[in-house]
Amino acid sequence: MDLATLIFWLIALVLVVAALMVVGLRNIVHSALALVVVFAMAAGIYVLLNAEFIAIVQILIYAGAVTILILFALMLTRIGGVQRTNPTNRLWGAAVVICALVGASILYAATNSHVLIASGSNGAGQLPSGVNNVVAIGQLLYSPSTYSYVLPFEVASLVLLVAIVGAVVIGRED
Amino acid sequence: MEIALDRITSGDVLLLGAVLFCIGLYGAIAKHNAIAVLMGIEIMLNAINITMVGFSFFNQVKPYAGYLTGQIFAIFIITVAAAEAAVALAMIIAIYRKRDTVDMSNIDMLKF
Repeated sequence: MDLATLIFWLIALVLVVAALMVVGLRNIVHSALALVVVFAMAAGIYVLLNAEFIAIVQILIYAGAVTILILFALMLTRIGGVQRTNPTNRLWGAAVVICALVGASILYAATNSHVLIASGSNGAGQLPSGVNNVVAIGQLLYSPSTYSYVLPFEVASLVLLVAIVGAVVIGRED
Repeated sequence: MEIALDRITSGDVLLLGAVLFCIGLYGAIAKHNAIAVLMGIEIMLNAINITMVGFSFFNQVKPYAGYLTGQIFAIFIITVAAAEAAVALAMIIAIYRKRDTVDMSNIDMLKF
């Protein structure tokens, strides 16, 4: 077992435990703090999978912005005098069954896919030597060549604009 | 699907993504607090991102975008997830202001 694999399994373990804490803890602020651990560990997974740009974006947007948003929303919607602020509803048994079925079907599909088995075991996903991951993604996103993602990128900026305006309109006091 | 302990395989990454997705799904179904439901959805989106980056890493077919199609997908998923979180939290705060609750089982104005 080489070092990268060991780190992968350690990070995966911490990730799953932190995710279980997010859905399992009784105080919802503690859940939100466990969510920070989930996001940071996911960034570690991205670094191990040679996706440095995604890892940076994950830290900036998820561990930074989304967590702050969630904590602010928790602060603005506090209900006084309740000890267990993160209870489960009476559907939790059905939820366990549904999640087990979904997970089993995902694993069945992953086990029986011919495409996946053919491309399965070799982790040779490195870029050619001398090419930076961030540079390659930037060229794919911005350069107006045939196979770039300029149009989806612009549409994404439009989506963000609409989301900002919508959040302001929905959330303002009237 | 192959899971090996001496190196990272695509099966490892898919297993991690599937487990995370199921945990997030449980949180999204079985919680009273709307913000907890949103946290479950964020965990599900992260699981999908991990799967996407894993497919990008283990890609052997080399489509036109090189190895990076999965990572581009992950970037757009992160974008949409950020927009979704902002709008959803604004809606939760607006509902809290009008009805004084964030309990999902009490927010049933559209139920007939």
